[in-house]
Amino acid sequence: MELNDLYRDVILDHNRRPRNFGGLEPADVSAEGFNPMCGDRLTLRLQMADDKIGEIRFEGQGCAISTASASLMTEAVKGKTPEQALLLFERVHAMLTQEAADADEDLGKLAALSGVKEYPARVKCASLCWHTLASALQSRDAAAVPAVSTE
Amino acid sequence: MKNNALVKETPSFDVEAVRLQFPVLSRSVRGKPLSYLDNAASSQRPASVIAAVDDYERQHHANIHRGVHTLSQEATALYEDARDRLARFINARSRSEIIFVRGTTEGINLVAQSFARPNLKAGDEVLITHLEHHSNIVPWQMVCEQTGARLIVAPIDARGVVQLEAVTALMTERTKIFACAHVSNALGTVLPVRRLIAAARSRGITTLLDGAQAVAHLPVDVQELGCDFYAFSSHKMFGPTGAGVLYGREQLLERMPPWQGGGEMILSVTFEKSTYNGLPNKFEAGTPNISGGVGLGAAVDFILSLDREAVHAHESGLLDYATRTLSAIPGLAIVGTAPDKASLVSFTVEGIHPHDLGTILDEDGVAVRTGHHCAMPVMDFFKVPATARASFALYNTFEEIDRLAAGIERARKIFG
Repeated sequence: MELNDLYRDVILDHNRRPRNFGGLEPADVSAEGFNPMCGDRLTLRLQMADDKIGEIRFEGQGCAISTASASLMTEAVKGKTPEQALLLFERVHAMLTQEAADADEDLGKLAALSGVKEYPARVKCASLCWHTLASALQSRDAAAVPAVSTE
Repeated sequence: MKNNALVKETPSFDVEAVRLQFPVLSRSVRGKPLSYLDNAASSQRPASVIAAVDDYERQHHANIHRGVHTLSQEATALYEDARDRLARFINARSRSEIIFVRGTTEGINLVAQSFARPNLKAGDEVLITHLEHHSNIVPWQMVCEQTGARLIVAPIDARGVVQLEAVTALMTERTKIFACAHVSNALGTVLPVRRLIAAARSRGITTLLDGAQAVAHLPVDVQELGCDFYAFSSHKMFGPTGAGVLYGREQLLERMPPWQGGGEMILSVTFEKSTYNGLPNKFEAGTPNISGGVGLGAAVDFILSLDREAVHAHESGLLDYATRTLSAIPGLAIVGTAPDKASLVSFTVEGIHPHDLGTILDEDGVAVRTGHHCAMPVMDFFKVPATARASFALYNTFEEIDRLAAGIERARKIFG
């Protein structure tokens, strides 16, 4: 495994110039991700539009893999429904953890993260943002339940 | 990167001969020679320690202290012989003062629960410093929560130095326990422990030193230090994992209740009452890590087989060379610049997260630790989320520091 398969140009570019980086006011849903083993922190804020992810921004501090993964994720899930986003999470997770050669097919720019699977200690860096997104989307569902029950 | 290894090696210390005693140092990692610079996390084992453990497992294993058969007696003799060597190693007054534990963490927890918990009351204070490892913070937080005592934290300065006056200013009639590191794992700072202990003792404060990072680098004499408790781990001084020592002043240990109940720590048991065993067994409930204790005894022999002044000179040379070499790299900042440091360098490189640096260095066979080093308050103090840390042992070479520097330059090119 070569280092430049981990640190591909797309990763380095998104680390240097993360997309959708910063705050978002007002946010419909938000979640914080924290990786206690390495100290990476991430705050994710979303605005929903017609049950789709309209705007999504992140801020925090992390390594290049963590930052680039969050940046690529925000681009990939914008305009998707929560269900579509979570399905994508499953496919990214499979790519990061499994040996299946075709796991990165049709993942577009997200496939740039496929080199991470050769570095097991770094999988958590790439998946932190996705776990945070799942948590944000689930908190939105949880909030929706009492709202429904009061009607 | 030029290699100054030949001219800089300390002449009285044959590092190559020492390296030959450590089997793992001859392996390669990712096709490169291993440069193991993560000794503050765990050091490697010399062949003599591996052989001692192997011999125990193959020839002498049985449960200790209770069998009349030959193997049990041999195992007991080996284990108790290790205790004697450890008592001499740190100059304890008696072997009763050497409690075998799983490691530094368990030693500190034992003191927190068995000494501090019965003695602390609401309003009392436990004093620590800002540079402690989590294992010298959390056990005190727990006992403070249990007793209503308060945890007081003495500051460090911008170099990572603990100033005597800053600590003594916080020692009051409420202070019952003072606990600090002998050497900081995250910064390398050697604390002025003799003066700190003397200041605490003159005020009647009970003292504990976390010696995890000290025992492999500095001679430790608990009587000279004057501390009441001293805890350290086997695996940071060339011994096996899962073993360690809590030294305690005998008069204190005598008064402390056992902290775990079970076999070994009792003299007699009825359902009405049990009578506790004497020291040190009172604190060693259950079958211990016998092979670990035996290996730790062999690690003591290994350390004492070397000229410790020459070892110290070699390690100081490594620290000086690493400090100079790394400081010359643009964008690199050393975190922790105390004048008195053990041989480790914590650092950050502008624009490169420590985890990315750690992965890139590993590609060159260079093992460093990256992260918060179980010292999050230290990271907060220096306003960094994490650092990379190269920590040296007596078997490291100047050439390995050159490889570290070359790897950092490579990372700078990738992220340039």
